Amino acid sequence: MGRYVIRRLLQAIPVLVGTTFLLFATVYALPGDPIAALGGDRRLDPQLVARMREQFHLNDPLLVQYWYYIRDIVSGDFGTTFRGVPVSSLFQGKFQVTFQLSITALVFEAVIGVGLGLWAALRRGRWQDQAVLAFTLLLVSIPTLVSGFVLQLVLGVKLKQNTGIDFFPVAGIQDGMRSYIVPGLVLAGLSIAYLTRLTRTSLMETLRADYIRTAVAKGLPRRRVLGRHALRNSLIPLITYLGADLGTLMGGAIITETIFNLPGIGQQLFQSVYLRENAVVVGIVTVLVLVYVLANLIVDLLYAVLDPRIRYE
Amino acid sequence: MKNPSVDTHLLPADRAGDEPLLAVDNLHVEFQTRQGVVRAVNGVSYSVNAGETLAVLGESGSGKSVTAQAIMGILDMPPARIPKGEVRFHGTDLLTMRDEDRGQIRGRRIAMIFQDALSALNPVFTVGWQIGEMFRVHQGMSKRDARRKAVELMDRVRIPGAKSRVDDFPHQFSGGMRQRIMIAMAIALDPEILIADEPTTALDVTVQAQIMGLLAELQQESDMGLILITHDLGVVADVADKIAVMYGGRIVEHASVFDGYRAPAHPYTKGLLESIPRVDLKGQELYAIKGMPPNLLDMPTGCAFHPRCPYRKENCVTDVPPLYTVSDTRGSACHYWREVLDDGSR
Ligand SMILES: Nc1ncnc2c1ncn2[C@@H]1O[C@H](COP(=O)(O)OP(=O)(O)O)[C@@H](O)[C@H]1O
Ligand code: SF4
Ligand SMILES: [Mg+2]
Repeated sequence: MGRYVIRRLLQAIPVLVGTTFLLFATVYALPGDPIAALGGDRRLDPQLVARMREQFHLNDPLLVQYWYYIRDIVSGDFGTTFRGVPVSSLFQGKFQVTFQLSITALVFEAVIGVGLGLWAALRRGRWQDQAVLAFTLLLVSIPTLVSGFVLQLVLGVKLKQNTGIDFFPVAGIQDGMRSYIVPGLVLAGLSIAYLTRLTRTSLMETLRADYIRTAVAKGLPRRRVLGRHALRNSLIPLITYLGADLGTLMGGAIITETIFNLPGIGQQLFQSVYLRENAVVVGIVTVLVLVYVLANLIVDLLYAVLDPRIRYE
Repeated sequence: MKNPSVDTHLLPADRAGDEPLLAVDNLHVEFQTRQGVVRAVNGVSYSVNAGETLAVLGESGSGKSVTAQAIMGILDMPPARIPKGEVRFHGTDLLTMRDEDRGQIRGRRIAMIFQDALSALNPVFTVGWQIGEMFRVHQGMSKRDARRKAVELMDRVRIPGAKSRVDDFPHQFSGGMRQRIMIAMAIALDPEILIADEPTTALDVTVQAQIMGLLAELQQESDMGLILITHDLGVVADVADKIAVMYGGRIVEHASVFDGYRAPAHPYTKGLLESIPRVDLKGQELYAIKGMPPNLLDMPTGCAFHPRCPYRKENCVTDVPPLYTVSDTRGSACHYWREVLDDGSR
């Protein structure tokens, strides 16, 4: 197990280097001169431009620039924007918001998706199963923009008006954990649908396995056959999906953040791309990649815990 | 109807004396499929007594496993349906029994092992845990005691170094060892009947013989009734007491091993026997039954074996042969069983 962990950790390094470089190269290759953009319509003093190009290593080859960047990041320095603001100060609290939103969505996804999926699989072919399938279809076909505004209206406005219940804040983060419930649900929508279907398929497949037949032949109660012998095996593929989905959720949080006015990293990213603040863009995406790689690492470790065949390979 | 329902009965010897330990009596199992109703088991009758070994023979697809699963009560219903027949254990029909009562029998008093032990064992639990589960669930034993019992059982099925291997996972064992673990699990609670569904098919020849030897030995120690399902007649000759031959979901011959091997009373059995490689006939061409096993959705009329049968006469194409009584302990579903019998085995 120890060797497995070390190997997975080492394997994460080239992934990180590769993705950040790709990212760096892409941003670098964008048309337009970022320094010239600073002045807007005015022409900048050529001396100033030259000094800034020097300061930000813009005259060096791409690989050298990348090397400077990585060196700084490893020591915790995300650099400064062209406007002189430390990039990390722009991150202040924003990653936290996005992360909390995504984790909330992930929890909704896991609980609702796995729950519905298992239920549908156990009622395979009956009306409950059909209903769940129809529900997932509905989820897939409603865009976040629509579901976001509808839930905002229903839970935030109508519910309060009609029943006086004021439990679901639908804008900002002033209410702590509660602020994330409705946005989390909206963000999770599509993922819930996918995970529900994946869970349903996974359990149905597991139930066809020979070792389930063995468990039944051993005279075990149905509860135990399902809960002990089928559940763990059918969860294994879901872990992979959930792990990969954390990154997807964080990257896709921007629309939800905009609808619910959450000061997350998505809005910052959008602004920075618009302003050609390369350091910020690369910084944000580097952190996202880091989260992604880390989540996958955790998935791999969980996998090994759940499936001995991997642990002992 | 392409595949009419056929009725059979137990042999006179089984009906006359005491009720057998386990009696399958005119069992029918059908599957509802998109192509139509598949009569996978079409009037199967056989019996086993304590200490006795019945070998159920027949090509793949002849309904051997489905019969066994019906006995165990592990068929998925639907798609399976049991329109007719009884499975009597100590004289009581299991099929009409309450679920709770049947649960008391399954795994404890009637146990089963399967062909491919790798897929039949749960990959995510240790073998000790899986064997011990029998004691923990059925007898409320503590984890520690159950693990100790698991080691004892692993010793009993002669897994070397049982103590150090009890916490290993199925994939860490060889095929033969895995089948031993299945056997250990099945005999954990001293069942009265053990059904072994092709227990050696996935193994190589030397290991096959070892597993067969182990089964025979365990049976003698505990006086179990053993139902040995196989499509390989070679492996059962030494261990079985009697044989039941299945073809297309039907029973075509019942015999003691001695009688059946010496002089079969059904052309299909005769064909099977002649397909076994024999030392004394080296060099001669191996007789293999020509043609394909029947399609259950489109069965030949009359005797289902007629397209492949060297003894076929005109009425075979139209008349379904009943299970003729050859003797008290013998039956054959062939109109011309006398002729076949007189020919003897090659
Ligand atoms: N779940 C099922 N649905 C439809 N047909 C089935 C099912 N299980 C078994 N059968 C049919 O029953 C027949 C007998 O199968 P089986 O008892 O497994 O044969 P074998 O003698 O090889 O053990 C097969 O031809 C198969 O088509
Ligand atoms: S009944 Fe006729 S076709 Fe069938 S096995 Fe006997 S001889 Fe052959
Ligand atoms: Mg079979």
